Amino acid sequence: MATVTAPPLAPTPTQTAGPSTGATARRRRWATRGELALLLGPALVVFCGFVILPVAMAAYYGFFSWSGYGPAVDFVGIRNYVTILTDPDFHEALGHNVFIVVMSLVLQGPIALGLALLLNRKLRFQSVIRVLIFVPYVISEVVVGLGWGLMLQSSGAVNGLLDKVGLGAFAADWISEPGRAIWTLLVIITWKYIGFAVILFLAGLQGIPEELSEAAAIDGASFWQIQRHIVLPLLGPTVRIWAFLSIIGSLQLFDLVWIIWGQYVASTAGTSTMATYMVANGRNAGSYGYGSAVAVVMFLISLAVALLYQRFVLRRDTAGALTGSSK
Amino acid sequence: MMATPTLQKPVTESATTRRAPAASAAPVGGARRSSSLAIYFVALVLIGLMLAPVAYIILGGFRSNSEITLDPSGLPGEWNWANYGDVLGSGVFWGQVANSTIAAVATTLFVVVLGLMAAFALSRYAFRGRGAVYALFTAGLMFPMTVAITPLYILVRDLGLMNSLAGVIVPQIAFGLPVTIIVLVPFLSAIPKELQEAASIDGCSRLGFFWRMVLPLAVPGVITVGILAFVASWNSYMLPLFILNNDAAFTLPLGTQAFASQYSVDTAKVLAFTSLSMIPALIFFSLFERRIVGGLTGAVKG
Repeated sequence: MATVTAPPLAPTPTQTAGPSTGATARRRRWATRGELALLLGPALVVFCGFVILPVAMAAYYGFFSWSGYGPAVDFVGIRNYVTILTDPDFHEALGHNVFIVVMSLVLQGPIALGLALLLNRKLRFQSVIRVLIFVPYVISEVVVGLGWGLMLQSSGAVNGLLDKVGLGAFAADWISEPGRAIWTLLVIITWKYIGFAVILFLAGLQGIPEELSEAAAIDGASFWQIQRHIVLPLLGPTVRIWAFLSIIGSLQLFDLVWIIWGQYVASTAGTSTMATYMVANGRNAGSYGYGSAVAVVMFLISLAVALLYQRFVLRRDTAGALTGSSK
Repeated sequence: MMATPTLQKPVTESATTRRAPAASAAPVGGARRSSSLAIYFVALVLIGLMLAPVAYIILGGFRSNSEITLDPSGLPGEWNWANYGDVLGSGVFWGQVANSTIAAVATTLFVVVLGLMAAFALSRYAFRGRGAVYALFTAGLMFPMTVAITPLYILVRDLGLMNSLAGVIVPQIAFGLPVTIIVLVPFLSAIPKELQEAASIDGCSRLGFFWRMVLPLAVPGVITVGILAFVASWNSYMLPLFILNNDAAFTLPLGTQAFASQYSVDTAKVLAFTSLSMIPALIFFSLFERRIVGGLTGAVKG
């Protein structure tokens, strides 16, 4: 990520004043190196060993037809990649991912912004409201998947409730009906992850000095004018960071689909994603070479999106607020 | 959107009937009050939407299966504690709680310790390659575990860590480091260099400075990343799914799913199991919610 700027270096520790002999300086330099190795070493080893290395391994195994046992010897060149890129199932999964990326931004962004602005005001029960809004974000995908799955099944609580209030005509097979299922998924995703957007936006809002809004209020600006012309523009960097994280998350979506729909229903109901395709056709099919190749394709798509986003969107935010660079 | 059908709205305090808090400077006119009422109303509806599915799970655990079949969206007719009692009395549940706790605590501990050390080096030392190392960790933020899961599984298997919690913990530490470092670096660089100078004049080494000055002042950031790591580990699904195939090693998410498919006819008990499994993360989070927002503020502002 050449575009990432390193954070500001806080201290320039005072070099001991006065002339020091070459030997002491050298010893100090070695001592510093030792400290650095001690401090950075463990994190770097773990990170490289379990994040970088697996990605590199995927790139390697992607060129093999390999069942996962013994050394990979059956070199197939780019055949795995040709298969992936010509497989209609993969195209479908990719299409679902793109749809989820776009709709997540469209649905969650405005709602979360509204909520954050709302919760940033001085309200009674403010802290209670905040905690409650974050509840879905904190509970696990398995709990969410099981709970929503039970509620949404044909004989579930949602249809039951619709019946009770006289809207029985709208009762539907929310989970397995092709075409409808992906909207169901979107509702669940929105419900689950909107709390994260709200947390980020609230954090961003707290960084905006109150004096600005107060000054505008004195000048006669209404609440909404203040939000529109002062708060929102200043919140821009946070929103762009959230959008980035949301896009990457949507491209990698796996848990909820796997838990609610499982391998087989996901493809018939039209909720498969690249990740479920990867697990279904890789590990579960015993084709680790092929699964690795799918991982590489996902990686490249995410990387391309990340780089484009950094280049064209985050550029304005001095390389991104979350990257910790100074303003 | 928000087509999400609401279930019984949980009985919260009737905020709508209370009077809006008098805003400090603004004139408390009728218009002002009604707009505040509208805000409370919106907040109430949203909370209802957010909590309805959770309420469904928790209340469902108190119902009986025949009740659930006859009236899936109803309240418990009579409160039936047997489902919760059965789950709490089962060794399987507590074994999974223990596994999840071990994994979450170990992950959190190591992520925080390794992350603090790395963030300290990145914010307080000038060295060649500093930008590159920072960029490397930042890049990790962009690629969640999904893309690495297949080879990660092979790696863990080759290390002989299948079906062991260590096989889950170590990769979780690795994938937790980027966020940890990115959140912590601003905290560590914020400490004024005069403090460090004063400390070094008093004969305090940089490592001594780390222990005595940096660590105490970085506590808010540490709490934030600690909670994030704990909750992420507690809820983690994909990695355990690949690594843990043995019931005895299951963490709660896997165990909950296995329980749900094993007792799929006993919906009430599944709901009881599910609600018990989410309690620890919920408690943890609500205790520290304020801290999380505070900690992220530093990171977002940069």
